[in-house]
Amino acid sequence: MLCECDAILTSLMASDDAQYPGLENYQLDHAYDEMFDPAGQLHEHYLPLMNHFSSLPKEDLQRKKQAADLSFLNQGITFTVYGRDEGTERIFPYDLLPRVITAREWDRVETGLKQRITALNLFLKDIYNEGRILKDNIVPRELVYSCKQFRRHMIGLNVPRNVYIAVVGTDLIRLESGEFVVLEDNLRVPSGVSYMLTNRRVMKRIFPQLFRSYNVRPIEQYPPLLLATLRSLAPDRRPEPNIVLLSPGGFNSAYYEHAYLARQMGIELVEGRDLSTHDNVVYMRTTSGLRRVDVIYRRVDDDFIDPLSFRADSMLGVSGLFNAYRAGNVTLANAFGTGVADDKAIYAWVPSIIKYYLGEDPILPNVKTYLMSEPKERDHVLQNLEKMVVKAVGESGGYGMLIGPQSTAAQRADFADKIKSDPRNYIAQPTINFSRAPCLVDDGFQARHVDLRPYPGRAQEGIARGQQFPRRRQQRHLGLK
Amino acid sequence: MLSRVADSLYWMSRYLERAEHTTRLLDVNLNLMLDESANSAERRWQRVLQSLGSPKDVTWDRDPFALTRQLTFAAHSQSSVLGCIVAARENARHVREQISTEMWQRLNSLYLQVTRPEMQSDMHAEALLREHEAPTEFLSQVMEAVHQFQGVTDSTMSHGEGWQFIQVGRYMERASATAMLLESYQDELWREHEHLRDGNEFLEWMGLLRSATAFEAYCKVYTADLAPEWILEFLLLDADFPHSLRFSINSMQHALEAVEHVSGGARSDKLSRISGRLSATLSYSSVEEIMSGGIVKYLHQVQKHCAEIHKAIYELYIDYSVQSALAG
Repeated sequence: MLCECDAILTSLMASDDAQYPGLENYQLDHAYDEMFDPAGQLHEHYLPLMNHFSSLPKEDLQRKKQAADLSFLNQGITFTVYGRDEGTERIFPYDLLPRVITAREWDRVETGLKQRITALNLFLKDIYNEGRILKDNIVPRELVYSCKQFRRHMIGLNVPRNVYIAVVGTDLIRLESGEFVVLEDNLRVPSGVSYMLTNRRVMKRIFPQLFRSYNVRPIEQYPPLLLATLRSLAPDRRPEPNIVLLSPGGFNSAYYEHAYLARQMGIELVEGRDLSTHDNVVYMRTTSGLRRVDVIYRRVDDDFIDPLSFRADSMLGVSGLFNAYRAGNVTLANAFGTGVADDKAIYAWVPSIIKYYLGEDPILPNVKTYLMSEPKERDHVLQNLEKMVVKAVGESGGYGMLIGPQSTAAQRADFADKIKSDPRNYIAQPTINFSRAPCLVDDGFQARHVDLRPYPGRAQEGIARGQQFPRRRQQRHLGLK
Repeated sequence: MLSRVADSLYWMSRYLERAEHTTRLLDVNLNLMLDESANSAERRWQRVLQSLGSPKDVTWDRDPFALTRQLTFAAHSQSSVLGCIVAARENARHVREQISTEMWQRLNSLYLQVTRPEMQSDMHAEALLREHEAPTEFLSQVMEAVHQFQGVTDSTMSHGEGWQFIQVGRYMERASATAMLLESYQDELWREHEHLRDGNEFLEWMGLLRSATAFEAYCKVYTADLAPEWILEFLLLDADFPHSLRFSINSMQHALEAVEHVSGGARSDKLSRISGRLSATLSYSSVEEIMSGGIVKYLHQVQKHCAEIHKAIYELYIDYSVQSALAG
């Protein structure tokens, strides 16, 4: 590895006499590197970036980093860490070094996502109505009906303009080959878009020169695009619909995002206690009396949204909301029961789902997935647990996971028992090397594994409009020191 | 506007006004300590507590610095400066999308400044090192920040309903605080107990005026002649001075009228009756009448009316019953 590193420096020194301070000890491994090719050459699209970085004194970089951190803190762009002192606020981990994705790569991601989301939306409409895909035995009926996120309440319900999914956040990773694959779909209440938007704003302020030389696609239109989508979903196409964002409230970890989006779209941010229902109409309590609500962009999970229909102990919901929804007096985005389509066992069928509805091959492939409900696959996984990543099907964000190579024998035995006692609840995937990118740490750059979460929007005409996709995403640092 | 939002804006504003008032009171009295006789300290600091409404969780144990620290830093107390700032910021956070970014940043950085862990330990270390040192620098920073916040609020937020609720909160708090302040000075000002007068009364009177930022403004009207009736007249009835009771009540009344115009309609009869009457009594009273009728009684009356107005605001705009709203 060291020799490759030497090669980098030599080649860079030779090419334009540039020093890349902080990268002297940067080492490549088997994972795809976002910045360097396997031979240790800088990818062409990183050249202007690195030239700019190396022209800055080292202290300057740290100072810019501190300025960015402070700006996040003062703006209150924070998330709440659960399980510690009540109300511990942290700034979102943020890397000064942007990840560059070329237009060619992005175009493929974009069309791939469009295809995938279109198919998943058709899938939701189908399983909650005729169930053709189940009758045709493409997706096993018992798999769908046994999904915890499947909502019987939704069967036969008319969803405005058949839009089940208005808001999406899909997680993509790059394999060692550099190919983008889908790691998971998030179709319930995905968060993160506000961090993407504010990251971009801070980045623009710190490195204006980079934006001029890179011709970066804009993402500022996300809030108006989302607003237009929400408006188009108003019941009976009411002309001046009252659109609100329903948040669990100030103690929720993503509260900053709720407030941010509400402000950017100019809609009211409400909590469950602001809303009430009468005669199947939803009202919000204002200083001038009760006002009717037409569209709710809800950031509250299915389970908690209506104590009368779902979890009775929910303090976040609105009693009678689901009945008002059934009656067609209010629209919810996303619809109820979309979680069935991001179930990790259903995930394994998404390529078939795309083929079935659209007659196309998937543009963005899946990660190889073993279903624990299939005896053969289960046996294979149980024998190779130390090489596998096991996930609970209904969880997200790293909860309920076993990472084989980093696990202890006791943890593996524990998961083996869990899998055997409830096979439907688990899937396994081979351990994948996420691609890596250099990130700025205390002194210099270190490699971090990254994933990519784009936030596709839905254009007025029905389906996402190409060039309007946000381009940069949040980088999640999966801590490899 | 959402009722919950109005509620949060109202309290955000009240807590900030309270933080500012407490800060100034401490600052003024710490300053007075430099000119004090042995027995005046006891009286003065008890008066401070009284004018803050005698908070239950704060006790006077004959140490002005301990009391100051308590009123400044007691983190979980709604009567400490720190507690007020935390509460104001929490209210602001819950209506983050309703206030301007500039307002939020000003308030949030004040919050970050006063709650950072070093702050507490610094203050503590300093207190141990120099026992008779007061956090005067801290106090003046807080005052400055609150003033900046008010300026930013006026110049960056639309003067719509939300802004009016902020005004209502601020002047409600200010009116109650001024009434309580005057009440706590009753002995010094208008009881003719000669034995209480030791030739240093003017220090107390100046302290009172300074506690309401009124000293300079008073001098412009009455010159530097300090007389109890004039001080009372100025702090109660002056039409132009922003900390006088009359000005506060009138400003609150104007803000309430503006809110009523947008949201109240016919429902607001009761509220406009109470606030209008209070405003009128202040506008058309003379200080002689008030003195002859009993000043303390009068101040109690004002506080009672303020409490009624607060209750009426809640009944009308925030905690109304669903039945009444559907019927209306």
